[in-house]
Amino acid sequence: MKIKLIAQIAMALLMARFKQTIVAAFGVTFSITMFITLLSFMGGLNDLLDNLILNRTPHIRLYNEVSPSSIQPISKSEAYPDAYHFIAHVKPKNELPEIRNSEAIIKALREDNNIRGVAPKNTVPIFYHVGEISLTGILDGIDVDAENRLFTFKDYVVDGNSLDLKNTPNSIILGIGAAKKLLVQVGDNIQITTSNGTQFTLKVVGFFQSGMDELDKIQSYVTLATIQKILGKPASYITDIQIKLYDITKAPELTKKYNKLFETDAIDIQTANAQFETGSSVRTLISYAVGITLLIVAGFGIYNILNMMIYEKMDSIAILKATGFSGKDVNAIFITIALTIGLVGGIVGLIFGFGLSAIIGQIPFNTASLPTVKTYPINYNTKFYLIGAVFSLITTYMAGYFQSKKASKIDPVDIIRGK
Amino acid sequence: MEEKIIEAIGISKSFHDPLTVKVLTDVSFSVNKSEFVSIVGKSGCGKSTLLYILSTMDTSYEGMLLLDGISMKTKNDKELAQVRNEKIGFVFQFHYLLNEFNNLQNVMLPGLKFGKLTSKEVEHHAYEKLKILGIENEALKYPNQLSGGQKQRVAIARALINEPLIIMGDEPTGNLDKHNSDVVFNIFKELAEEYHQTLLIVTHDLDFAKKTNRIITMQDGKIIKTELS
Repeated sequence: MKIKLIAQIAMALLMARFKQTIVAAFGVTFSITMFITLLSFMGGLNDLLDNLILNRTPHIRLYNEVSPSSIQPISKSEAYPDAYHFIAHVKPKNELPEIRNSEAIIKALREDNNIRGVAPKNTVPIFYHVGEISLTGILDGIDVDAENRLFTFKDYVVDGNSLDLKNTPNSIILGIGAAKKLLVQVGDNIQITTSNGTQFTLKVVGFFQSGMDELDKIQSYVTLATIQKILGKPASYITDIQIKLYDITKAPELTKKYNKLFETDAIDIQTANAQFETGSSVRTLISYAVGITLLIVAGFGIYNILNMMIYEKMDSIAILKATGFSGKDVNAIFITIALTIGLVGGIVGLIFGFGLSAIIGQIPFNTASLPTVKTYPINYNTKFYLIGAVFSLITTYMAGYFQSKKASKIDPVDIIRGK
Repeated sequence: MEEKIIEAIGISKSFHDPLTVKVLTDVSFSVNKSEFVSIVGKSGCGKSTLLYILSTMDTSYEGMLLLDGISMKTKNDKELAQVRNEKIGFVFQFHYLLNEFNNLQNVMLPGLKFGKLTSKEVEHHAYEKLKILGIENEALKYPNQLSGGQKQRVAIARALINEPLIIMGDEPTGNLDKHNSDVVFNIFKELAEEYHQTLLIVTHDLDFAKKTNRIITMQDGKIIKTELS
C-alpha cells in the first residue's frame, strides 16, 4: 500500500518533467549501449586473437629436445665439487628426436580423465623442389581426425578437403604461401627431399592457411603413416605428442607430472604463450574503464535532473512533510525516481547494446590471415549484460542517494514560512 | 473539565542567527475539544512561530507540548510525521496543492499515507469532504484549473481527510478577497458547529477573529490577552 503510494507520487513527479526524464534516461541508455557494444566487440576481438594461437596450440606438448648430456665427466671429479665447470666436451648423442615407447604413453594419456584428446605428430625438416631451386620447409605428419577434433584443422584448409589427406595415399596439404611459390594446383604432384637425402613424390590434395604468413610459406601436412614411410620408420615413430585438457589451468601442474612420468621434455601453453594472456587482460581492462566512465557520466546527468526537480518541487516536498510524510518517505520517492530512470534507461540500453553489437557483427571483415572470419567478431557474453545492468542501477542509485538525502532534510517550516 | 486537545506549557523559542532573538517567552495555553480559537497579533509577534511549534513541524523549542495528552518532546521524526498525518489538519495561506495530481487525489494523499482504509474507501471519504465544501464537481480537475477560493477549499478538504483532532490554519484567508474569505470562514464555522471540529487559526484579520469563540492576542512573543466572544 505504502510502496504503491510512493511509487505513484514518484511517477507523477517524473511525468511532470517528462522531457528531462527522457533526456536523463537517454544518458543511461547511451552509456549502457556503448558499454555493451564496446565490451562485446572487444571481447570478440580478444577471443579471435587468442583463438588464433590457442586453438592451434596444444595445452601440453611432449617432445624430445636434442640436448647435451646433463652429466659431464668433470662433474664426476671429486676435486671441485662446488665449482662452476667450464669444460663441457660430451656433445649431444646422435639420438633420434623420437619419443620412446610412444604407443604406451598415448595409451596411458587416453585413459587420463583430465585429458580431452591426444594428437600424435611427426615433424621433419624438408626441401620442396621448384625447377632448379629448393625451398626449405617443415613437414608435419598428423592424425587427421584428431587434428580436426582438437585443433579445428579443417577450418584452416582453404582449398580441398582435409579428409582427402587421410583417404588419398601419398598426399600432401601445402601451406598456401609455399603453394604460390611452387606454382601448383590441387591435384598436382610435387617433389620433396628430406634432410638425409630421401626423395619422395606427393600429390597435393589441398591448401592450408593458418593466418600467419611466415608459417604458411614453409608448413605442409601429410599423414603420420606417410611421414613414417618417407623416413623409413616403423608405425611407432612419433616426435611430438600434443595434449588438450578439459581445464587449461591444470596444464602447468600436469606438465611437471608427465615430464617425470614419461621421461620426455614437456611444455605447457602458459609457458609457451605467456604474452597472449597479458594482451587480452590489458585490452579488457581498458574497455571496462571506458564503459564505466560512460556510466558515471550518465550518473551525473541524473544527479543534475534530480537536483533541479528538488528545487522545483520544494513546495510539494514541504506539503508532503506537513501532511504526514516522513523524511524517509520523501527519500524513498526520490530514490524511486532515480532508480526508475536507471532501470528504464538501462533496459533500453541493454536492448540497444545487443542490437548495435549484432549490427557490427554483420559488417564484413575479410582478412587474408583469418580465413574462417567473414564478419567482425562479437562476443555475446551474458556477463557484460549483467555488469551493465548492475552498474546502471548502482550509478543511478548513487546519484539519487545524495539528492534524496537533501530532499528528505528539507524543513517544511522554512518553505512554508518563506512564502 | 473539558477535554484538552492541545496544551502548551511554558513554550519558549529563540532564533540564534545572526543574533539571539527571543521570539516566544513562556507561552502557555490550551485548546479544548470543538473549540474555534484564533490567535491574532501584529507581524513578527511570534504567532506563526507558535503555530509551527504546535503543529510539531518545528521541534527546536523549550517547554512542553501535549497533543491529546501525549508529550511531543520525545518523539522522533517519523513518529511526528505520523502524528501530523493522523491528528492534525493544516490549511496554509498558500494552498500547496500538488499540480501533478487532480483535486481528488490531492485530498486523498494524506489518507492513503495513513493507510488505515483501502484506496476505494479513502476516495469515498474524499468525495464526501469535497461535497461538504461544495466543490465535488471540481474533483477531477487539476488545481491549476481552479480559482484561488476553490483551491483553498480543496486544501481544507485535504486537511479534513483523516478526521483530525484539530485543524490548524496559518492565515488561511490571507490570500483571498473579501467574498472568498467569507466563504472560507463560513466553512470553518460550519465545521466547528455542525461537525464539532476543533480549530486553531492564526490570522491578522480582526473581523475574522471576532467571529471565533476565543481570541488569543499576542505581542512580542507573549500572550497579552485572551477574550471570549
